[in-house]
Amino acid sequence: MAFTWFNKLASPPHAYRIAGRLLPWFAWPSGLLIAIGLYGGLVLAPPDYQQGDAFRIVYVHAPSAWLSMLVYGTMAVAAAIGLVWRIKIAHAVAAAAAPVGASFAFLALATGSIWGKPMWGTWWVWDARLTSELLLLFLYAGVMALRASIDDRDRADRASGLLAIVGVVNLPIIHYSVYWWNTLHQGSTLTKLGKPSMTGDMLWPLLAMLLAFTLYFGAVLLLRLRGEILLRERDASWLRAELAR
Amino acid sequence: MHATGFIAAMRLTIHRDLLIAFRHWGQVAQPLIFFVMVTTLFPLALGPDLATLRGIAAGTLWVAALLASLLGLELLFRADHADGTLEQMLLSGQPLAMLVLAKAVAHWLVSGMPLVLLSPVVAASLAVPRAAHNTVLLSLGLGTAILSSLGAIGSALTLGLRRGSLLLGLLVLPLAMPALIFGARAIDLSIHGDSPRGPLLLLAAMLALALTLTPPAVAAALRISAE
Repeated sequence: MAFTWFNKLASPPHAYRIAGRLLPWFAWPSGLLIAIGLYGGLVLAPPDYQQGDAFRIVYVHAPSAWLSMLVYGTMAVAAAIGLVWRIKIAHAVAAAAAPVGASFAFLALATGSIWGKPMWGTWWVWDARLTSELLLLFLYAGVMALRASIDDRDRADRASGLLAIVGVVNLPIIHYSVYWWNTLHQGSTLTKLGKPSMTGDMLWPLLAMLLAFTLYFGAVLLLRLRGEILLRERDASWLRAELAR
Repeated sequence: MHATGFIAAMRLTIHRDLLIAFRHWGQVAQPLIFFVMVTTLFPLALGPDLATLRGIAAGTLWVAALLASLLGLELLFRADHADGTLEQMLLSGQPLAMLVLAKAVAHWLVSGMPLVLLSPVVAASLAVPRAAHNTVLLSLGLGTAILSSLGAIGSALTLGLRRGSLLLGLLVLPLAMPALIFGARAIDLSIHGDSPRGPLLLLAAMLALALTLTPPAVAAALRISAE
């Protein structure tokens, strides 16, 4: 009984319709919160006593880094559901999530690098956090490349899903080994600068942006999922009926 | 007639793979020659100064070993896939993860171990002091075994794909980076006269983890690819 809605969710027509119905509930709050967060972060928050206005990039950087990890987790959980219960919609979710996560990882690296130029005096430092973010981007690249290289959709789904799960098992190992690698190497004093604990008027815009980015991911995922379903079900009769309405 | 136990099946698999490798020993030698060639590139590119070479020796040895073992991995399941042996393995009723482990062991014996035995010679050419040679052997010995088992996942996932070899690198290299970090670190510590114990123990832990966790993953990947 309790599983009927879940089973319905697994059927492409229902997933397509539900995704369409949920979409505005993610998109509008996300847009509103981004506006509020950006105003709070770029206008209301005081400049940092040490970093001046340059710290304000954190309002994009930190949410991107958070999302890059959340999306990987989402992708791996969706892939696991798809592999274990053979639910095709779950694979479609994983396929829709991967490029979004890679974009967030790239955005986190790019904003980190832009922040690093005035702070560290160089575009790139082999800092543990930056390096593990880069490796995360490589993992995304592997999953996407594997999916793109396999013509058979079913095999592509399952192979890239398995790789995503292997990646999740490896992520903590990669994270800690990179962390130890840097500290073993006598981490430069620059990277020890650390984050100043924030005052309230700096913190609330950051929290707003974190929530906004998470909602944004939800909206983009739903939108991409609809696209993914359209692509996969392009020959299905329900789709013709759905689009004719 | 009695059923064959999985230990016997593993022994037979290793025996078969070793036999095939010895009949085609040219294929076995290729990654080794590649390993020596890549390590030769560095002195040529950076100049023959021994102090410089000693500074980069640990990284050079590890990167070259990583690339050389990637070359060999592509062949791990390919012939079995092409001639139908893989289907027989899937249908044999034996635990596939154990057969995969046996194949990885055989692969390490013909690709990893010769590379490890060769490594002190290459290390000497990079001005690694005699005292560090044992660490080179241990570090690369543990490391190539980790690479063989991690690489088996990539090899199984990319089975039968066009441009599989390039893809294999994309999939396996990020997973192999922790091993690279500690393996190269151990050699580097040893070159500078410090104890490489810590990184070597971490490498050993990674190998234990890889040996237990990768065979089921490889088996699952083979089931996906062989359909």
